[in-house]
Amino acid sequence: MKKLFVLLLTLALVLGSFAGCGGAAEDAEATEVKIGLNYELTGPVATYGQASVDGIQMAFDEINAAGGINGMQIKSVLLDNKSDSAEATSLATRLMTQDGVVACLGPATSGNFMATIPVATGNGIPVISASATADEGVTMDADGNVNDYVFRLCFNDSFQGVTMANFALNNLTAKSAVLIQDQSSDYAKGLAKNFVETFEAAGGTIVATEGYVKDDKDFNAILTSIAAKDFDVIFLPGYYQEAGLIIKQARELGITAPILGADGFDSEVLLQLAGADALNNVYFSNHYSNLDEDPMVQDFITKFKEKYGADPNAFHALGYDLGMYIADAIERAGSTDSDAIKDALASTENFVGVTGTFSMGADHNPIKSIVVIGLENGVQATSVKVDPK
Amino acid sequence: MDQFLQQMVNGISLGSIYALIALGYTMVYGIIKLINFAHGDVYMIGAYVGFAATTYAQLGFFAAMVISMVSCALLGIIIERIAYKPLRTSTRIAVLITAIGVSLLLEYVMMFFVGAEVKSYPQLLSQKVFNFGAVQINMQQIYIIATAVALMVLLQYIVHRTKTGKAMRAVSIDPDAAQLMGIKVDRTISITFAIGSAFAGAAGVLVGIYYNSINPLMGIMPGLKAFVAAVFGGIGSIPGAMIGGLSIGVLETLVSGYGNSMYRDAAVFAFLIIILILKPTGLLGKNTREKV
Repeated sequence: MKKLFVLLLTLALVLGSFAGCGGAAEDAEATEVKIGLNYELTGPVATYGQASVDGIQMAFDEINAAGGINGMQIKSVLLDNKSDSAEATSLATRLMTQDGVVACLGPATSGNFMATIPVATGNGIPVISASATADEGVTMDADGNVNDYVFRLCFNDSFQGVTMANFALNNLTAKSAVLIQDQSSDYAKGLAKNFVETFEAAGGTIVATEGYVKDDKDFNAILTSIAAKDFDVIFLPGYYQEAGLIIKQARELGITAPILGADGFDSEVLLQLAGADALNNVYFSNHYSNLDEDPMVQDFITKFKEKYGADPNAFHALGYDLGMYIADAIERAGSTDSDAIKDALASTENFVGVTGTFSMGADHNPIKSIVVIGLENGVQATSVKVDPK
Repeated sequence: MDQFLQQMVNGISLGSIYALIALGYTMVYGIIKLINFAHGDVYMIGAYVGFAATTYAQLGFFAAMVISMVSCALLGIIIERIAYKPLRTSTRIAVLITAIGVSLLLEYVMMFFVGAEVKSYPQLLSQKVFNFGAVQINMQQIYIIATAVALMVLLQYIVHRTKTGKAMRAVSIDPDAAQLMGIKVDRTISITFAIGSAFAGAAGVLVGIYYNSINPLMGIMPGLKAFVAAVFGGIGSIPGAMIGGLSIGVLETLVSGYGNSMYRDAAVFAFLIIILILKPTGLLGKNTREKV
């Protein structure tokens, strides 16, 4: 038994060293540049990961068809982290130490993305997420220092909360609001905190605060007590799974007030759960809207439909921008050295993407605008762009 | 006052669902002293059978409900035969662990086949709303309450007026003596599982129609609360399960409506603890002759 173990160990070491040689040999040729994709392809948040990857692949295909980056073709190494943060960490290690990637894209969600940050810092290879919106612990560490090798392409949750409060105050002339929040998610709590602070600072009042937890189905009790109160808008930070049911039950109880949410509403499932009749006077903040008349966005939508046969959502658009952004940085860096790429990512100015034009801030968060989408009969009918202050 | 009546309507609808699931817990416990933790997942399977019947076979409400009840009854019998019967002479903890295993098996096999994403039922009942003064009752709530009442009346009839019911009561009091009297104990236990599971299947379809959202893990929390309802009413007692289910539903609604919705589940379970301290056998627990 012991002999067998020694034999296997030897074999593993020998094979491991061969793998290392293979990586080095490929780097020397420099006809291609390897980029790691560490995404949620299965598991509970698989829809986010799959959509991001579709967008990234579309961007890479376009770049490769046009001759690549400085003559080098992009080769993506796609791995599935199963929506699990421990898996995300080990895949990041594998991509950086064995596959020899120059940068890693993803994961899509904040928790999984954060799990790859220590690996990126340790190996000195940049990691970028297009959709990790958490306020804390992403681009800055607990002491407020910027994580050198960590970037993101989306605004954070506090900006969404503040924007929706301003939208309620200015566009809907609301003076009072009811808050219904998902207590089991940090995302919802962050949004709620920033909404309440902004809304109350501008003289608005929060009439009632109600809570629910993930997987709840019956909201009649809280909605009946809300219906008896006097208020202008409902703010509902949370994900589409419960938000769809809350909107349906609220409309059935005769609550017609506007309902506001954030990018967690962006899913086809919201329409299936709530029904088209209930989805009137519903607004949510998002990264991107298909209604944007910018020719670049319309061009992206046309190309996306040709390739995948469906309308793109915000995750597709963010993925596409992410693919273009990393390619742009490698081109400006003029080399495949990870530190040069990191500096190019950090010094990005006025990058034009389908989710808006942005410059990378000193804290590695992009300075970009946000879109507030309005639904009529379940269809996206209006969109308002709000610029950062 | 109007708002209070409205909250009572909400609470009774929710409580009827808990009561239907609680009946299965209490019947199985009454007859083989087993807490069947897979029961909440039978309810989930019932919701999916109803979903398939209405979405793919385009059937109506009653047909879907009957198909779901029959499928769940068969599933209940199969679970009992395969997982619990071989362990009938083992320790109670062994059977309990097996029940938890069956529960996880059902959840994740279902997730493998249908995916983790939520599914929504088609519109089966009219959206009509009836107004009694300021109190609103919609069509789905009427169906839920009417179905629950009809099934409970049927169950009382089966248990107290039929030969099978007499056999069930006899087995629950003393299985060995019942066998000596010529009662087929295995068959009686199977029937008990079948009836309890059929009720869970009916609850699954009602929930699918009422809330319009089903997923493979939907059985966990209602299963737990129905278990609380059964214990609260006195586990083993059929009227206890009904009263327990309705009480938990109304209590939950009143806490959310008048107290603080943030503490809803905490209040429900705190209430359970208080009841068990004051009356350890539950509300109707002493009524041993009612055990089934």
